[in-house]
Amino acid sequence: MTAPTTGAHAGTATADGVVTVRDLHRSFGDREVLRGLDLDLRAGEFVALLGRSGSGKSTFLRALAGLDPGVTGHLVVPEARAVVFQDPRLLPWERVLTNVVLGLDGTRRDAVDAGRAALAEVGLAGHAADWPKTLSGGEAQRAALARALVREPKLLLLDEPFGALDALTRIRMHVLVRRLHARHRPAVLLVTHDVDEALLLADRILVLTDGRFSLDVAVEATGDRHRDDPHLVALRRTLLAELGIHDEEATDPVPAPTTDPDPDRPDHDHDHDHDRPT
Amino acid sequence: MTAVTDAPVRPDPPAAAPAEAPTDLATAALEVLPTGRAPAADRPLHRRLRGVERLAGVVLLVGLWEIAARVGWLRPDVLARPSTVLTVGVDLWRDGTLPAALRASLSRVAWGLGIGIPVGTVLAVLAGLSRIGDDLIDANVQMLRFVPIIALQPLLIVWLGVGEEVKITMIVVGVAFPVYVNTVTAIKGIDPRHHELAAVLGLRRSTVVRRIVLPGALAGFLVGLRLAVAIAWLLLVFAETINASSGIGYLISRAQVFFQTDVIVVGIVFYAVLGLVADALVRTAEARLLRWQPGR
Repeated sequence: MTAPTTGAHAGTATADGVVTVRDLHRSFGDREVLRGLDLDLRAGEFVALLGRSGSGKSTFLRALAGLDPGVTGHLVVPEARAVVFQDPRLLPWERVLTNVVLGLDGTRRDAVDAGRAALAEVGLAGHAADWPKTLSGGEAQRAALARALVREPKLLLLDEPFGALDALTRIRMHVLVRRLHARHRPAVLLVTHDVDEALLLADRILVLTDGRFSLDVAVEATGDRHRDDPHLVALRRTLLAELGIHDEEATDPVPAPTTDPDPDRPDHDHDHDHDRPT
Repeated sequence: MTAVTDAPVRPDPPAAAPAEAPTDLATAALEVLPTGRAPAADRPLHRRLRGVERLAGVVLLVGLWEIAARVGWLRPDVLARPSTVLTVGVDLWRDGTLPAALRASLSRVAWGLGIGIPVGTVLAVLAGLSRIGDDLIDANVQMLRFVPIIALQPLLIVWLGVGEEVKITMIVVGVAFPVYVNTVTAIKGIDPRHHELAAVLGLRRSTVVRRIVLPGALAGFLVGLRLAVAIAWLLLVFAETINASSGIGYLISRAQVFFQTDVIVVGIVFYAVLGLVADALVRTAEARLLRWQPGR
């Protein structure tokens, strides 16, 4: 792995901290999307980042991924980092295994062994030689997860990775991600719009409002989490309120996320035009 | 489902309409759809029959042509009959005329494609991947591609004489344009999310070109290749017919002087067969290289 060495990525993380963010800003034209963010992530910490559409949460994740040289401020992230996007982004012309080990350093043989192991971990051992277009949505997203895992990331960035999956597949992905996190212990930043997903998976939840962190809470739950755990119920109410949803609206027991969770989300391709020297 | 909506609205069916009328309506609204029968196109026998049908069409046309020639509707100096064409073809093959002509023509096309395809591809990669390349190359190519290649021949003859170079150069130029245009469009059309993925994975520039740009642009390149092959034959015929001392075109133009329609038809048939073979080769390559696409 080589990190893009933009000015913002200078320096290394301190002992336990894997991510240090100080006074991070990002503007698109006149619109200031990130307004001075500070954040420290410890090794192995699972953090969920919630925010409304256009709150800048995806912009923040892209900054941590090193995809946005337009940010200003102090930003230290590990070189070993991986991203899982909302779409699996597998290269359709390469087989699943080749996709997983794409760009991996070391010998071809080591890479293939690591790739097979990662595919087995996500339950896709039998699909190594398949073409990506023959996979279901959930399988493709698991392959993307394997592609991230095989790089042994110290920081795993998940950009609404379950947003495009159906409800049942999403539940299975949650279980898988918890298991993988428990085994590999990378620091995780999960960007999501789904409060319940954050409560289920994260140790710590951040809410981004108008380009600033408006809430930073720890989730005090151990072992298997139940929706009716009083701490989680209270926290859920707090989080929804922070996101602008108040009690009378929140009585719907299942605020079912839709397949298109965030239609107003800043368009990535559009962002790309800003980033790339064309 | 009119029966369902109508029934409650009509509290008392008029006497004229018998009691079974609503039943009829209900039955009429439902249909038992055929199941368990593969579509005709999927059945192997059907597919084989289609092949036979198509072949039969060709045989029928050639048969009509033969009959027309035999009963005297077609005079030999207008169009030789198929059986004569066949005999003449065999004779020309045996005495070495046809193999020599074929060799000359094939070598021109091979040189033309062999140089033109790489030239078009390299220019497309340069223009597709760098801004400077795009500015320097693309505007020029887009302007020049509207010049009819055939119009370049007088100029090329002034520069290169009347030898093989002119014929090959014309094919090279004619081939490079469709390859360039289709490939550069495909490269520029590669999903920007793939480039973003490459950045996230920390891929080197050479890896990006090899693993993302070239395979991503392959489908477009192959479209250009098929056009290029067709254009190569076209330009070959033109170059050989106007001025040449070897090749199939030369055979045809010499036969024209002596009104040998049989030899002319032999030449035309060979052009057609070679074109078909070349197209089939490209199609085979396409099927193999793009086998990752669903529905192939």
